[in-house]
Amino acid sequence: MTDEERRDFEATAQADKPLLQVDAVVRRFGEVSAVDHLSLDIRTGEFFALLGPSGCGKTTLLRMLGGFETPDGGRILLDGQDISGVPPHRRPVNMMFQNYALFPHLSVRDNIAFGLRRAGLPRAGIEARVTEMLALVSLDGMEKRKPEQLSGGQRQRVALARALARRPRLLLLDEPMAALDKKLRENTQAELMRLQRRLGMTFIIVTHDQEEAMMMADRIGVMNAGRLQQVATPRQLYEAPNSRWIAEFVGGINIIDGAVESSGRGRMSVATQSAGPVTVATPLQALTTDQVCVAIRPEKVRLSSGEAAPDAGDAAGTNRMEGVIAGVSYLGGQTRYQVRLDRGALLHASVANTVRREAEAFETAQRVVACFAPDDCMVLDR
Amino acid sequence: MMARPALARLSPFNITSLALGLAFLYLPIVILVIYSFNASRLVTVWGGWSLRWYMAFFNDEAMLSALAMSLRVAAVSATAATILGTLAAVALTRAGSFHGRTLFSGMLYAPLVMPEVITGLSLLLLFVAVDAQRGFWTVTIAHTTLTMCFVTVVVQSRLGSLDRSLEEAAMDLGCDPFLAFVKVTLPLILPSVVAGWMLAFTLSMDDVVIASFTTGPGSTTLPIRIYSEVRLGVKPEINAICTLIVGSIAVVIVAASLVSKLSSRQGENAAPL
Repeated sequence: MTDEERRDFEATAQADKPLLQVDAVVRRFGEVSAVDHLSLDIRTGEFFALLGPSGCGKTTLLRMLGGFETPDGGRILLDGQDISGVPPHRRPVNMMFQNYALFPHLSVRDNIAFGLRRAGLPRAGIEARVTEMLALVSLDGMEKRKPEQLSGGQRQRVALARALARRPRLLLLDEPMAALDKKLRENTQAELMRLQRRLGMTFIIVTHDQEEAMMMADRIGVMNAGRLQQVATPRQLYEAPNSRWIAEFVGGINIIDGAVESSGRGRMSVATQSAGPVTVATPLQALTTDQVCVAIRPEKVRLSSGEAAPDAGDAAGTNRMEGVIAGVSYLGGQTRYQVRLDRGALLHASVANTVRREAEAFETAQRVVACFAPDDCMVLDR
Repeated sequence: MMARPALARLSPFNITSLALGLAFLYLPIVILVIYSFNASRLVTVWGGWSLRWYMAFFNDEAMLSALAMSLRVAAVSATAATILGTLAAVALTRAGSFHGRTLFSGMLYAPLVMPEVITGLSLLLLFVAVDAQRGFWTVTIAHTTLTMCFVTVVVQSRLGSLDRSLEEAAMDLGCDPFLAFVKVTLPLILPSVVAGWMLAFTLSMDDVVIASFTTGPGSTTLPIRIYSEVRLGVKPEINAICTLIVGSIAVVIVAASLVSKLSSRQGENAAPL
């Protein structure tokens, strides 16, 4: 084995062992469990997003990782060592605060150098590291400014540089984009991803913005009421949610309640009251009851005018449902239609506007046929 | 600069009420200052300009030693009150809801509303009970108890508005809680700590009631001295002393505002945009 190979091998072995293990952690505030027996493994070099509605406990979990809250139960292991009771200043973990928490009385340079001085680095080493960090976040020449003289985006970058300067094993980011406007947010998201890849650091980000989580994270943990509902890649989360709650939380979705009628040869027929019989692909996981719901993403519903013949490309078994357009929302890149099916269900369909001319569009009260493939349907427990 | 356009928009009614208010506040002081330069021995009769009462004050050993005593008491008690008051403010805003918090804050604010006569009397009883020699230290302790709550109020309001995550960020970056306080919290609340000290200093310099209960022979403070002089009839020398006090307060206020203006301008110059 050459040196290089050995290094690669060791790096892989390291990557397989989780950097952070959260083991049945509990945090209660009075009667309420903000975090409830939550377990989670994070690998080295991973960009992990904690996503959830406000009050779901994601910030509490992050604060426990940072050391600002102490778990009431369970353990937090970093590199195999229990850090549950270790105070923040002794953890190899840094946090970027939601409001950035820049020290207003210190210059940009002193803000970034703050943690390095505490670490007892020699003066020259601190200087070099601060300069490196300033270049990393493209703030060269700003080192003498005070935080109040910076724009929101610049402040955010100072906060990032300050948190990265100590080269933490784990960087925690609490809603890092919340204070930025939309345009700046998109640029910053891309920049943050590039930075994370380049440094090979492990990031855990807390956000309530699912697009942000999907765009940046390798894996997303969706939290609700103190528990992780699903931990998956963005694609899995969107295309294969493990519960109705996740399906409804992540992205838009049509959900139709029904009961399993028959099943065989990879297909399942679900009888629904508001949309008639629906053919779906048999789910990989076994369902607990035959009282199920069929879930279909709006962009997987195709619309055609009532008179048109069915697309030749449509495979046999495609679900075809007739209805009337009940609402149209034009959003530029796509148009969202609400279709009132003859059986009663309201189906959302979003159609990408791939051509400029308007002839493609449907109008309110127009009769249409909504089609969707069995493979694009998900069957979930109610 | 900000006031000029605002002033231009004032109606005659506003200007009149402003003038009346200012006159009410400052006319007595102006009269006091003018009469301090009065050559006449009689306070109410104008006898031409003179500095004789200033000379009289600077030759009045008893008055000068009372001033020195007052300054010492004020400096020591203001410093002690600032340290204790700041610690109390930190405990009240940062320690969460500890057992007896309400009682503690209530007791802390008691001197704010307690009549000074009662505070003075109870302190006198205490000092007599423990058989303390009344003098410089008893007055200083009494003034510390009086002024500490003022410092706490001033510092607490600043601490309350200070973002808690600043301290957390300091701890995150390697400070233990004490170092986080020294490196981050203290510099940020320093203006209010200084303001608290100045308030405590002035309150101590002002006080007649508590000082007269707790002082002893040989440690008369300036207000007590002035008060006892005035009881025998107002001497023009008192006007001179009071003018000096007003003058030094004015100088301190102007200096403080200049310093704060200068430091904020330096901050702007440090980074030309």
